[in-house]
Amino acid sequence: MMDNEVLGQHISQQFNADLENIREDVLAMGGLVEEQMSKALEAFTKHDSALAQEVIDNDDKVNDLEIKIDDDCTKILAKRQPAAGDLRLIITVLKTITDLERIGDEAEKIARLAKDIATGKTNPLDGKLHYGAMIHLGNHVKKMLHDSLDAFARMDVETALEVAKLDNQADDEYDAISRQLITYMMEEPRRISEVLDFMWSARALERIGDHANNICEYVVYMVQGQDVRHMSWDEMSRRTREVQ
Amino acid sequence: MVSKMTEVTEKNAKQNDPLANEKIAIEVEKLNLFYGDKQALYDIDLKIPEKKVTAFIGPSGCGKSTLLRCFNRMNDLVDIAKINGEIRMGGENIYKPGLDVAELRRNVGMVFQKPNPFPKSIYENVAYGLRLQGINKKRTLDEVVEWALKGAALWDEVKDRLHDNALGMSGGQQQRLCIARAIAVQPEVLLLDEPASALDPISTLKIEELIHDLKKDYTIVIVTHNMQQAARVSDYTAFMYIGDLIEFDNTDKIFTNPTQKKTEDYITGRYG
Repeated sequence: MMDNEVLGQHISQQFNADLENIREDVLAMGGLVEEQMSKALEAFTKHDSALAQEVIDNDDKVNDLEIKIDDDCTKILAKRQPAAGDLRLIITVLKTITDLERIGDEAEKIARLAKDIATGKTNPLDGKLHYGAMIHLGNHVKKMLHDSLDAFARMDVETALEVAKLDNQADDEYDAISRQLITYMMEEPRRISEVLDFMWSARALERIGDHANNICEYVVYMVQGQDVRHMSWDEMSRRTREVQ
Repeated sequence: MVSKMTEVTEKNAKQNDPLANEKIAIEVEKLNLFYGDKQALYDIDLKIPEKKVTAFIGPSGCGKSTLLRCFNRMNDLVDIAKINGEIRMGGENIYKPGLDVAELRRNVGMVFQKPNPFPKSIYENVAYGLRLQGINKKRTLDEVVEWALKGAALWDEVKDRLHDNALGMSGGQQQRLCIARAIAVQPEVLLLDEPASALDPISTLKIEELIHDLKKDYTIVIVTHNMQQAARVSDYTAFMYIGDLIEFDNTDKIFTNPTQKKTEDYITGRYG
């Protein structure tokens, strides 16, 4: 079992420092991605083109962090040949940052659409209902992302399980939004292209939930050493609690 | 109902036993070893699978070499060493009174940390064990020397200078010669005590490659301080600590997700 207490107990102080730096970088990257996502959502709902542009510009920072952490992990693998919990930490970091980078891409996607809406390239749809549902889904996956990073930072399997449970709800909310938008498209065929833009944003939010869910699965692997990908939540929860 | 319960328990036991699908070559039961008043091994229970590589790892003084030396009764040579418990090979306790120790050692070959060829020719080093057995026919010796040197991946390097002195070879070659000498008498088990720790990285890789090839025909037990080496060459790993066997499992399991905290601390280089 891996936990925070054992992380800094290597005989090599340099190795302790290297691992701690990598973990801090992942959390910094997570914080940045979280911020990107919040701002994209705000730009989308408030038609704020300046804020949307800020998100688009900042995506480079996310990408740079991914490359830096990747590089640091490669060096540790080459120089330290980590084993057991240390190895699982590095593998988890490598996988987590890929998901974080994709969340960054989804946030950028939403920001681009927000900018189009704000600058009048796409007319916002009438009726607050869609926005309400979108904001709700947005806040939901934002919490998932936040908690998954928390689970990573605290090496906390229980929190990871809770986030994974939230993913089903995110999927349901996304399905409800799609159905609503499909109805709208049937009623107003001339506005299909605009509605599709909304659909892509809702889809982007749903994908962010999936990525947060992935991070939680990696956390279980890091802490317990078992692979809980591609299984139902019930199965995942049974297996992780068996080990605890 | 009862039989079903037993079935389930047996199934669980099987799932938890990493050796469930292996033939067992050596069985160690309740083995205790004392050097004078000092106990060096405590109640060791262990099975060594046949034709697989089993690595013993652990910090200095943990008893891994001591345990290895029990398998061919090398500890008999230490006056103050006392042993109780059993080690069985082929169902027979190798510590039973009257056992032919020379025959045991023919069957259980050993290679040491420092290459120790005899100051004789390459050919005579390999033929030595056979000559001890009274085999002196040149054709037989020629055949076995070639076969053993090929088995130790040394033939191509030395075939043109078989009658040169073995001490003129490089350290890595000398160590492979010692392996050839050990397999020439066709043992069933090979004990390797830190076989590559005195060698350079390339020679080390050659020895590791050789170990991989040899496990087709021999049960191999290797003691090593180099954990990455244990991870690379062995199928099973036993972690020992101050005379106790802490954990035995598949090597993959030990190096990715060990069960015991002491094992984890050791293989990840933490304060134990």
